[in-house]
Amino acid sequence: MNSYPEVALSVANVSFAYGTRRALDRVSFDVPKGRCTFLLGPNGAGKSTLFSLITRLYESRDGQIRIDGFDLRRESCEALSRLGVVFQQPTLDLDLSVEQNLRYHASLHGLGRREARSRIQEELERQSMFERRQERVRQLNGGHRRRVEIARALLHRPGCLLLDEPTVGLDVPSREAIVAYIHGLCVEQRVAVLWATHLIDEIEPEDGLVVLHRGIVGAHGTLREVLDEIDAPDVADAFRRLTRDP
Amino acid sequence: MAMMHALRALNGIVLRELYRFVHQRERFASALVRPLVWLFIFAAGFRSTLGVAISPPYETYILYEEYITPGLLGMIQLFNGMQSSLSMVYDREMGSMKTLLVSPLPRWFLLTSKLVAGVFVSVLQVYAFLVVAWFYGVEAPLFGYLTVLPALLLSGLMLGALGLLLSSWIRQLENFAGVMNFVIFPTFFLSTALYPLWKLQESSEFLTALAAYNPFSQAVEMIRFALYGQFNGYASAFTGVALALCLVLAILGYNPSKGMLHRKG
Repeated sequence: MNSYPEVALSVANVSFAYGTRRALDRVSFDVPKGRCTFLLGPNGAGKSTLFSLITRLYESRDGQIRIDGFDLRRESCEALSRLGVVFQQPTLDLDLSVEQNLRYHASLHGLGRREARSRIQEELERQSMFERRQERVRQLNGGHRRRVEIARALLHRPGCLLLDEPTVGLDVPSREAIVAYIHGLCVEQRVAVLWATHLIDEIEPEDGLVVLHRGIVGAHGTLREVLDEIDAPDVADAFRRLTRDP
Repeated sequence: MAMMHALRALNGIVLRELYRFVHQRERFASALVRPLVWLFIFAAGFRSTLGVAISPPYETYILYEEYITPGLLGMIQLFNGMQSSLSMVYDREMGSMKTLLVSPLPRWFLLTSKLVAGVFVSVLQVYAFLVVAWFYGVEAPLFGYLTVLPALLLSGLMLGALGLLLSSWIRQLENFAGVMNFVIFPTFFLSTALYPLWKLQESSEFLTALAAYNPFSQAVEMIRFALYGQFNGYASAFTGVALALCLVLAILGYNPSKGMLHRKG
């Protein structure tokens, strides 16, 4: 049961290899509740592999992943029920309406019809998308689709939200709106967020930071702590130093 | 796994498949046109060249159109099974398969639900075809339209599981086209869908043996008997075993620690 009340996601000594090529090597970090933790790393650092492991698309026998205290390997259903995910690739069904997409997700999480209806309304209103619920997803622009995906990921009230580069390809106002919304979510609902991104201007000083390079965690802490630790003036400089090849 | 949760998820997966089917009208049209071309053109052309002797479940001489109708029902389900697996490979490449697989339900249940959803769609297609065939003059006994339903469910599940198995081991869409040629055509032509086994025996013993052990043949025979209110135990058992085998292998293929999803680059 839940033995880590303040830690929503715990990754401990996780390793993974594709054949003989090691993608992750004893990766460990925690994502606390109420905080946005950014996962930074150059291409090929192992971010996608890590996300696939946390969402149990892949499974590793080395190490342990716990979501809200539930072991992902042994208690996978309990763990996954506490996880919301926005994947890098759009995963909405383009031919279905916004509401049909959300209903599908609600059913996968076992929500009843009435409960699903009220939560869909609530989440879509938060994203200012409720009026467009009958429209087919195909008719929406990229920013609106992302908003629907975020609403969908929060429909079952997860304690931990995974975001895999959700702002890629969006214009500046859409990006800013998503960054502000997610930070607000952490504060107001104490959701833990793990956010993979290349866009370092999205990070705020009190946000958590995990820098992954060649499958190894190079730094872990709040942005302020990491900057102090390596004596870097800003996140861009810190990122360059931490991901520099020897 | 809570029963209510499972039922809601199954309902959601089936509804999604039906919505998609309704929205994709061209998919429905092609699913209907394909067997109708075989019935209206191929069967009419071969009516005089292929004589079909009296053999169970038929009690009298029948026209060739009547003989191939169960085979065409099987063909609809075969194509639907492959179409479902194609859409699963597509969903996996596009990412939407991930939303299903990260749901808090056992993976075997999610995949089986997906399979059941595909069977619902294929049964709708089959009945639409049977209505057109009835107007064309291919009539089965009235109760046969009811007794064929369980057979269609079993054969649909078996062919869907075969598609699921293929989708679990195919990495990219480009590879799928080849598999369609290597799976659909041999499966269909090397079966009793178009000609009875004894007819094939006149040409080749080897091909006859292959056709006899082709699960699609057995599914077609099961449908053929069921459409005339009869039960073919051997064909049903054969189809059931093939279903179990394909499903277990497909679930293994989608296992996060063993199967296809584990391999990359």
